[in-house]
Amino acid sequence: MNITIPELSLVVLIGASGCGKSTFSRRHFLPTEVISSDYCRGLVADDENDQSATADAFDILHYIAGKRLKTGRLAVVDATNVRAEDRKPLVQIAREYHCLPVAIVFDLPERVCRERNAQRPDRNFGPHVIRNQLGNLHRSLRGLEREGFRYVYILRATTEVDAVTIARQPLWNNKKAETGPFDVIGDIHGCFEELGRLLDRLGYQLDRSGEPWRLSHPQDRKVVFVGDLVDRGPATPDVLRLAMAAVHSGDGYCVVGNHDLKLSKALRGRQVKISHGLAESLEQLGRESEAFRAEVIKFLDGLVSHYVFDGGRLVVAHAGLRAEMHGRGSGKVREFAMFGETTGETDEYGLPVRTNWAADYRGSALVAYGHTPVLNAEWFNNTICLDTGCVFGGQLTALRYPERELVAEPALRMHYEPLRPLAPASSGPLSMQQEADDLLDLADCSGKRIVHPRLGHSVTIRPENAAAALEVMSRFAANPKWLVYLPPTMSPAETSAEPGFLEHPAEALGYYRRAGVETVVCQEKHMGSRAVVVIAKDEAAAQARFGIANEGQGIVYTRTGRRFFTDAELERQLLQRLASALSTAGFWQEFSSDWFVLDCELMPWSLKARELLTRQYAAVGAASGAMLTQAHHLLAAAGARGIDIGELSASYAERQRDAQRFTDAYRRYCWPVSSINDLRLAPFHLLASENRVYSDQTHLWQMAQLHRLAAADAALLLATAYRVADLADEDACQNVIDWWLDLTEKGGEGMVVKPMDFIPDQGRGRIQPAVKCRGRDYLRIIYGPEYTEERHLSRLRRRALGGKRALAWREFALGLEALERFVAREPLRRVHECVFGVLALESEPVDPRL
Amino acid sequence: MLLTLTNTQPPATDLGFLLYKHPQNVRQYPLSFGIAHVFYPEADEARCTVCLLVDVDPIDLVRGKATAIGGGLLGQYVNDRPYAASSFLSVALGRVFATALSGRCADHPELVSRPLPLVAHLPVVAARADEGFVTALFEPLGYHIEMQRLPLDAHFPDWGHSPYVALTLSGTVTVKTLLSHLYVLLPVLDNAKHYWVGQDELEKLLRHGADWLAGHPEKARIARRYLRHKWSLAREALARLEVVEDEVPESVTETAATTETAATDSEMASITVEEAAVEAPLSLNETRIRTVLAELAAAGVQTVVDLGCGDGKLLSRLLKEKYLTRLVGLDVSVRALEIAADRLQLERLPPRVRERIQLLHGGLTYRDARIEGFDAATAIEVIEHLDENRLAAFERVLFQCARPGVVIVTTPNVEYNVNYPFLPTGQLRHPDHRFEWTRAEFESWGQRVAAIFGYAVRFEPVGTVDPTVGPPTQMAVFTRDVEQGGEA
Repeated sequence: MNITIPELSLVVLIGASGCGKSTFSRRHFLPTEVISSDYCRGLVADDENDQSATADAFDILHYIAGKRLKTGRLAVVDATNVRAEDRKPLVQIAREYHCLPVAIVFDLPERVCRERNAQRPDRNFGPHVIRNQLGNLHRSLRGLEREGFRYVYILRATTEVDAVTIARQPLWNNKKAETGPFDVIGDIHGCFEELGRLLDRLGYQLDRSGEPWRLSHPQDRKVVFVGDLVDRGPATPDVLRLAMAAVHSGDGYCVVGNHDLKLSKALRGRQVKISHGLAESLEQLGRESEAFRAEVIKFLDGLVSHYVFDGGRLVVAHAGLRAEMHGRGSGKVREFAMFGETTGETDEYGLPVRTNWAADYRGSALVAYGHTPVLNAEWFNNTICLDTGCVFGGQLTALRYPERELVAEPALRMHYEPLRPLAPASSGPLSMQQEADDLLDLADCSGKRIVHPRLGHSVTIRPENAAAALEVMSRFAANPKWLVYLPPTMSPAETSAEPGFLEHPAEALGYYRRAGVETVVCQEKHMGSRAVVVIAKDEAAAQARFGIANEGQGIVYTRTGRRFFTDAELERQLLQRLASALSTAGFWQEFSSDWFVLDCELMPWSLKARELLTRQYAAVGAASGAMLTQAHHLLAAAGARGIDIGELSASYAERQRDAQRFTDAYRRYCWPVSSINDLRLAPFHLLASENRVYSDQTHLWQMAQLHRLAAADAALLLATAYRVADLADEDACQNVIDWWLDLTEKGGEGMVVKPMDFIPDQGRGRIQPAVKCRGRDYLRIIYGPEYTEERHLSRLRRRALGGKRALAWREFALGLEALERFVAREPLRRVHECVFGVLALESEPVDPRL
Repeated sequence: MLLTLTNTQPPATDLGFLLYKHPQNVRQYPLSFGIAHVFYPEADEARCTVCLLVDVDPIDLVRGKATAIGGGLLGQYVNDRPYAASSFLSVALGRVFATALSGRCADHPELVSRPLPLVAHLPVVAARADEGFVTALFEPLGYHIEMQRLPLDAHFPDWGHSPYVALTLSGTVTVKTLLSHLYVLLPVLDNAKHYWVGQDELEKLLRHGADWLAGHPEKARIARRYLRHKWSLAREALARLEVVEDEVPESVTETAATTETAATDSEMASITVEEAAVEAPLSLNETRIRTVLAELAAAGVQTVVDLGCGDGKLLSRLLKEKYLTRLVGLDVSVRALEIAADRLQLERLPPRVRERIQLLHGGLTYRDARIEGFDAATAIEVIEHLDENRLAAFERVLFQCARPGVVIVTTPNVEYNVNYPFLPTGQLRHPDHRFEWTRAEFESWGQRVAAIFGYAVRFEPVGTVDPTVGPPTQMAVFTRDVEQGGEA
């Protein structure tokens, strides 16, 4: 006997003890696919025959079966299953996961079972047991289909059992191997003329010279109809003719819509209510031949509920489909795919109120659907409704996949009066997505999370770090809609062996040389506070793109996502000046964008770090200065008395000078701010604008753009000084070192060395995107006033960079991923996941001085 | 760090005998955290000054050779520890002048008990904004005190003063007494200890303070600060001092135990302490809790979620209410939840009580399925900790998604702040408050929220109502409209 089972199903073996179920399942299924009640009894009781463990054993069996079906894997239940009440929970599990239950019944003679059991010493139960089981089995046979088994196979002889072959059948909806490209077309409702124009615009050729028609595309694109081909419109038969031709030739796919189903019922003579434009279809088809109508019935009846394309990345269903239903095949799935889900209430037009399944959609597949007419197609949680009401005078919309572009053909006229006027998908000034994004769900960021940025490996966020990030986000962060990026941490170069130096450019250059980088860009490191600037052309542009109302044309935020300014007026002025500079430099036109994200340093340091300065830096300066000066005097006095104080005097003189150098070091980065004229903003990365993340540009390009921008407002914007060095050229490297020495001797913080490419190493993560090399005096702020003493330096040189570098890379990958997702207009939770991840990683314990 | 001691009683060089340090020598003493040098910048018949100069090695302290807590003793290389007088100096003093501190002088035993005109000078002493405390510590011991506040940074006068003073103490005392005063009081002034405080510290305090501590008016604060706010040790110290001297009234220990109770390092606790400090005379917190309890009882609810539960003060009271079958406390601070778990003694509750209560970590601006389905939600002194432009998210989380039948929100009434004498005009009650509203502002917010989300709202005063500026705290009680049902 040939047994055909769906590739994803719950196979229930039914038969008395000793009928050969286990042998059968060993022969036809993987050991991991089979869940046997005996095995589960063993798990809980160390004895496969311990009947007292039966209840617990079945709990486990049901649990495993559920888990397998949930993850899309076939499960075979090897238990006697002879009573309806044993099978009931199994059918329920199959239903819960939208899989079909299959019954394979072993209706073998009692003798066979008895003989087999007799050979097994562990099965010493009496003959009545098998007799009872067989009795139950026979009583069950007729009701199996009613119990919900969609496939029932009965094996009545051992020879029949031995001869079985099993074929696993892919589900009709499984077109994962089909990768397109596709054009998914919304509800047509008999609008043949508009369909023709749309297909024409999409580049299809329709040959109507013969029967059947022939639809083709020079680039072998395939058309996918979301259903509701029929009713209401003027030319349902032609639409069907075209769709049938495309589907039959393999150049197209079509899923079933509720109107299609109802029409097929009507054509088959079933009693249906003639409404919602069905009359038009029946009238138009009445003029066609009997043969054509028969073909239509066959076509409509053969339509499947939904398709899963392109390795599971694209799902098409008429009314949409929940993630857990993708690729499943139950009646419930078909019902949902055709009608969606309604609350049971009706609106003021008498139409059913639909629950918005897309609001909760978290699946990875793009879901294209129709069914609910809206004025314009709008992305929402990676789903899109393509029913733009062509028949009601709207337009016919196609989604180009994988391009994710929309092409719409306006209706020639209103073919049918809508019950409810066409309305935009979103009601307010915000898009549906922006409206939903006002509220992030804790479940989308808390706990252990694994983020998959396109660069490097996946990043695991540990729960305790996520908890720390949640605290910072909730208490201090700006509106998460602004936070499309957080900057990564940066590792220093290896320590230098050069006397008196902890960090030196030679190591930074050497690091990249060893990594195989040819050219580096060395940028002056500004000593202020990190500031990410998100800026739009005006407040309206900010609202349109970021979905934030009444918060101005942009924001300046810190590396932890906190609003940089407490003085809103100062921030407003800064953004206004920057926007003018962007206008003067012609950036808006040149980059065809009305918003930008810039990575910057904002000076002075004392603006943001005042508390730190007064509590720590200036305090230590005051204490060290007073104490060391006094010590130096006292030692001098003792020396004057002729006491041999040895090295102490010289040592304390040097320490006193170090203390002064420390104070000088922090003072350079402090000045009072009374107006915007006291601020300096140094942009060093042009991160993103509409449709672009500039990580594909070199740092040389970055510098060129930003110098151009800085020139537009030299009073506010600081052009970052930089040098380019070919690492094979010793003179060039020496020039960089001299430049750095000069910079840092004048009090500069130091420099950042970056490989020419923004993303080094093709994003594999072995090469740091940047390393810093800080000046000798600047480092006093980090390592204390007197760190340059050789006895301190020799110990400070031992520092491990591995942890810092791994962190820097993961944060770099997450930061860029956030921008990529934002630019691709993904839901905020997907952007926030990355930003949240950077913040969480920042709570990792790493030496804060690196 | 640096200390000088000067004797002006001829022959002044007797100081050398007393300290066991010859005025013509320079000596070094290795210490676990650095090295101490002793030398005499001046030494003649009329005037003799000894200098104790301690080099603290900051690198070792940060990198933490073999110390237990959090790796190193110092979190930062940029640290005042090498410069300011602190417990490090105390330890150095105890080690270098051990003999003098114990009151022995083999060669000149007659000198030990002779009071001398001594001057101790400390160029950098941490005295954070309370110079009065320095006086309170040393004046009762008979010293003349000179203090000079060090500038923070001469280039930036608007940054204010540094937390340090240069301190000179003059008095006629024995060397032993002066050393014991410094030994105990330097760490007390600095209010930080570089090592773990345990039982042996208590013994040290009692030994070095034996002659003078019991009579010191500040003995409670000295004990607490010397013992690093280890309350049990501080109480024991004070108890043992009483044995020494009977007439100390018992109330002293009581005050010691109660005035500075919640001394944890957590931010939440400090918020509570500071707020309580501002509002304390009115016992507002208690009034607030009672008002909320009464509202909940009147509303006949059975399940309550306390949003922003903090360290669980309200929860612990709610748990006593038998009619409440399910309680959840939600807070954004993990630390606060730990304190709440301690306060509620979650691990020790009987199972039937334990199952009624749950603490959750979560943020108020994120939708959270775990807080849905409750009869009531309370947000007591919470909204003012959210940025005003993040309130909209909180409103939706609470009123649209969680959608409890009753919502109780309390927040300060900013008009009332004029009644707090300590509060400068325009300053809010706590640094973390992002706003404080007038009654009109709060009511207009409440009306708007109620209208949007389908709730009825009324406003109630909490605390004594001032005829012009109203109550110190204002409360809104929202009740979900019946017609609107449970679904948003």
